[in-house]
Amino acid sequence: MPSVIVWVIIAILVIIVLYLIFTYNRLITLRTRIENAWSQIDVQLKRRYDLIPNLISTVKGYVKHEKTTLETVTKMRTSLISGTMSEKSKASDAISNALKTIFAVAENYPNLKASENFKALQEELAGTESKIAYSRQFYNDNVMEYNAKIQHFPVSIIANMFKFIAKEFFKTESEAEKKPVKVEF
Amino acid sequence: MIYDEISSNKRKSILLISIFIIVIIILGYLIGFYIGNVILGPIMAFLISIIFILISYFAGDKLILSMSHAKEVNKKDYPHLVNTVEGLSIAAGIPTPKIYTIEDSAINAFASGRSPKHAAVTVTTGAIKRLNREELEGVIGHEMSHIKNYDVRFMMLAVLLVGVITLLSDFILRTFLFSRGGDREGKGGIFVVIILLGLVLAILSPLIAQLLKFAISRKREFLADANGTLLTRNPMGLANALKKIRDDKEPLVEAANKATAALFIENPLRKIGGKINSLFSSHPDVNERIRRLEKM
Repeated sequence: MPSVIVWVIIAILVIIVLYLIFTYNRLITLRTRIENAWSQIDVQLKRRYDLIPNLISTVKGYVKHEKTTLETVTKMRTSLISGTMSEKSKASDAISNALKTIFAVAENYPNLKASENFKALQEELAGTESKIAYSRQFYNDNVMEYNAKIQHFPVSIIANMFKFIAKEFFKTESEAEKKPVKVEF
Repeated sequence: MIYDEISSNKRKSILLISIFIIVIIILGYLIGFYIGNVILGPIMAFLISIIFILISYFAGDKLILSMSHAKEVNKKDYPHLVNTVEGLSIAAGIPTPKIYTIEDSAINAFASGRSPKHAAVTVTTGAIKRLNREELEGVIGHEMSHIKNYDVRFMMLAVLLVGVITLLSDFILRTFLFSRGGDREGKGGIFVVIILLGLVLAILSPLIAQLLKFAISRKREFLADANGTLLTRNPMGLANALKKIRDDKEPLVEAANKATAALFIENPLRKIGGKINSLFSSHPDVNERIRRLEKM
């Protein structure tokens, strides 16, 4: 009964093609999600980029002796929105530390600390800071899922065929960075 | 896997809606029987139940929020709360939900809505004032995972639809019992109706109880604790918040009632009259939740 065999072969082919389509679309979805997550990080970095000049001009009026810290932040700020992923990552970490120093220094200036403007900026920057951390976390979660998916058999064959390449994680300098930094005078 | 939870919640929502329609049609049949038109009753009941389902699905969110006297938040008033919700919705990969507050000194919160795109997080002002940043983050993370899992859709439908059935069967039972007193001589069929009704209600009550258990399953809360921790990466935040709620002298949320209690992060009706109805013990033991979080 050759016709039965033909039908079986056709059925198998159809299943294979459907599986291929399904897997391909799944990989595309995962990859798009990563791109989406990446733009989330960018949005937050841009937000911080925009907030820093406000902070500097507010702090300048009160703080006379900390010129260098302020200047460093201003300089570093541009690298937040330009450069490769790892450059941005480094700049972001450096700015986080510099901002912590500024806020620690502000503790010594009661007038600055009491300023409504400063308080609002501090809250905004702290909020943006945690949003950067969260968007980074979301990005890395997605990269992890995608990388795991394209390495598993038999998806790995399809991934190779259509050039789905493993993505890079957005790394932080160290986890210690998350803890408040001690600033001594 | 979170995607299994999502489809399970969607399935349960459809099951809930189907059961609701069947129950309402049975009630409609009974009323039809009583008024002498067994065709009109079920048809009317069907139409009414469809309308009510549509209202619950599309406006249930607003209904629950206004039942709880919740007000939408202005970013100026609570920048820290708004930032926390925005941050955690980034971590969860969902759109930022609307943010509401309830003017109440107790610490509590709930999530509502029909999907991550149409969702809201409500926090008591007590929670904003008395929880520190990490604790508030833990609480919001728990609510975010309720939204992401589609727990909110199922819980909202359960609260509203089960609430209406309870109300209706209560109302019908009273009407029938009352009219029986005044109309004893008139209709012989009425006793048949009463027996039938008794039977239906006897079937209904455990069903309603089962549905409520579905809605407020303890597993759901443990899962939200775990998934919330996955977002904040800090189990101690939520654990400390739960401890604060546990040790609170005034844990009661005034605007909560038996229907909305299941939605809150921790039972808002705790300690009313010393002991709560076991059917409404909607939340697992706080100490057990804290213990699990501390082990993470």
